[in-house]
Amino acid sequence: MTSPALLAAVGEVGKGFIQERSSETLPCQATDKLFCFDWAKENIGRYETPSVQHVELVLISVLLGFAIAFALALLAHRHRWLQPPLLAGTGVLYTIPSLAFFFLLLPITGRGRDTAIIALSAYTLQIIYRNTIVGLANVPSSVKDAARGMGLTERQILWKVELPLAAPEIFAGLQIATVSTVAIATLAVFAGGGGLGTPIKAGIDFKTNIIIAGGIAILLAAALGMLLFGIQRLLTPWRRAAAA
Amino acid sequence: MIGVLLPHPVLASVEGAIEFIFTPQSSNVTGGKTVGGLDQVIELTLTQLELTVLALALSLIVALPIGLYLGHRGTGELLAISIGNLGRAIPELALIAFMAALIGVGILNLTIALAVLGVPPILANAFVGIHQVDRATVDAARGIGMTELEILRKVEIPLAIPTLFAGIRGATIAIVATATIAPLAGVLTLGDFIINGNVYGDDGVLAGAIVVALLALVLEFSLAGLQRLLTARGLKVSSA
Repeated sequence: MTSPALLAAVGEVGKGFIQERSSETLPCQATDKLFCFDWAKENIGRYETPSVQHVELVLISVLLGFAIAFALALLAHRHRWLQPPLLAGTGVLYTIPSLAFFFLLLPITGRGRDTAIIALSAYTLQIIYRNTIVGLANVPSSVKDAARGMGLTERQILWKVELPLAAPEIFAGLQIATVSTVAIATLAVFAGGGGLGTPIKAGIDFKTNIIIAGGIAILLAAALGMLLFGIQRLLTPWRRAAAA
Repeated sequence: MIGVLLPHPVLASVEGAIEFIFTPQSSNVTGGKTVGGLDQVIELTLTQLELTVLALALSLIVALPIGLYLGHRGTGELLAISIGNLGRAIPELALIAFMAALIGVGILNLTIALAVLGVPPILANAFVGIHQVDRATVDAARGIGMTELEILRKVEIPLAIPTLFAGIRGATIAIVATATIAPLAGVLTLGDFIINGNVYGDDGVLAGAIVVALLALVLEFSLAGLQRLLTARGLKVSSA
């Protein structure tokens, strides 16, 4: 029941397509070009949802990792004998490749964002834990003695003297953990966790796509890194005075 | 004993994965061809190990001389530290995909791509390790007539071993982890079990994850052992 007119129309479309292919006006994404600006301009909106997911993944993972690692570090600061086992334990978690970690968790937590977040936050523990311990250990004992002499309790010394003085090291750890997590979270797509890995995996042969998604991840890492640096400077005004 | 601690379905998954590692299984995708089993696990492990060692060697060849030189001269701090920081921000999946699309697939191309991850931590740590050696110590070495190369080899490197190795271990962890996604660039490593789960089934995926994790831990412990061997006896006492 096909009308001749429709057949003719299909023929026209076909002809146009063939002509287009032969006259080198291929759409850019079918060529081997390094970067297609026109495609990028039209399709940049596709990367919004994955970017937002990516930021969420990173922020939740790093905050969770920080809460756990910071608490462990405070505990180990008071009970020194905990330090070697905690360093070894977080070291093992740091060593296990994220992709393997996702799938080791699979039988327990299933596929999805939670699995990705657990693995990503486990990865941050070592860096934050170690920097907090080192920061606290670097506080000169004379400063603590002075605080004790002024009548501060151990708890006051920790929160008002030791932690503020350790803040630069703690923030350095947080910064390294955040930047690394932004990069590694591109693998969360394999755990069903979304993020910028989703467009990369979907268009893995298309250079423009990889450059945009990878570029967003790098910019995100830089932006979060600088944000943390800014927060650290705001929280430690005495260091600015000393540097000036 | 373990059965009491773990919920039963988890235990069953682990049992299935262990069986997959040791005995070939039939797969409904490969058309009768069996998958898994010790032979395939060993083959993929060796490929992943080969890729990791090659990439690590390339990273060391490129990064170590530059890092040691800049550290010894005390110049290029901004460069070394920036490369170290930039390295952490490289998204692994995008790197492998981009390098595969740009220079092609295969083990040599992938070695180059993975070395991109290995160079920054080795370079930055080599710089920091050598640079932070006490200048008075270096002056003393110069005073007793050591040449610059002797100072580097006999004084600065031994004192920088912990920092140097921290960089090499960081590079190894990053490289072996990223070598897991090598099947995306046409090299079949243990990641094939994980990425192509539809071929290997749930048991294969978990088996792949277990073997990858073990491989990374074995590499990390080996390097920790090597570091202990290379640390001068006099330094071990003071660090303990």
